[in-house]
Amino acid sequence: MNETISLIFIGIGVAFDFFGCLGLIRLPDVYNRLQAATKSVTLGTWSILFGVFIRYGFSGVGVKALICIPLIFFASTVAAHALIRGSYIFGIKMWEKSVIDDYQNEWKQD
Amino acid sequence: MTSIIYILLYILIALSFFCLFRIIRGPSIADRMVAIDIFGILTVGICALMVIITGRRFLIDITITWAILSFIGTLTLAKYLSRKKLNE
Repeated sequence: MNETISLIFIGIGVAFDFFGCLGLIRLPDVYNRLQAATKSVTLGTWSILFGVFIRYGFSGVGVKALICIPLIFFASTVAAHALIRGSYIFGIKMWEKSVIDDYQNEWKQD
Repeated sequence: MTSIIYILLYILIALSFFCLFRIIRGPSIADRMVAIDIFGILTVGICALMVIITGRRFLIDITITWAILSFIGTLTLAKYLSRKKLNE
């Protein structure tokens, strides 16, 4: 029973990873790519680790997988924010069909 | 049951080749850094699946360590992109 539930969670996680990496190679711009890739790959890896936790229960391996989940969440989101802010400061152009750029006004006020 | 996990592991390894494609073909330097970040998170999932397949328990420690090291590496690359010193 536990193995079946953990297999379902791992399958959902691999599906989220697949869609994230598909966005990584198909979208036209670095901002779009990071927007598509980081969030869905983070959620997919969360789901894989939660599947490992359900399979092993509250043993050594399960608790370590449970510790790794908030680490992945905080680390990945902070790293993505720093990376996209750095690439904006570096001067990488947006896609030519982009509609709005709100961060430009914030950047001129500093 | 184990063969399904093998198939999922092969799918994850194929996805890391997608990231490798973006590292090679990226038009700018930020694309390569995004691909390196995603590659680091994917490796955490691969190690977590290897725990189930091989049954060796030290691989879950490698999961935690890889998450921290990928975070530090990405922050350093982002600091390099924004042209600041590391203590700023």
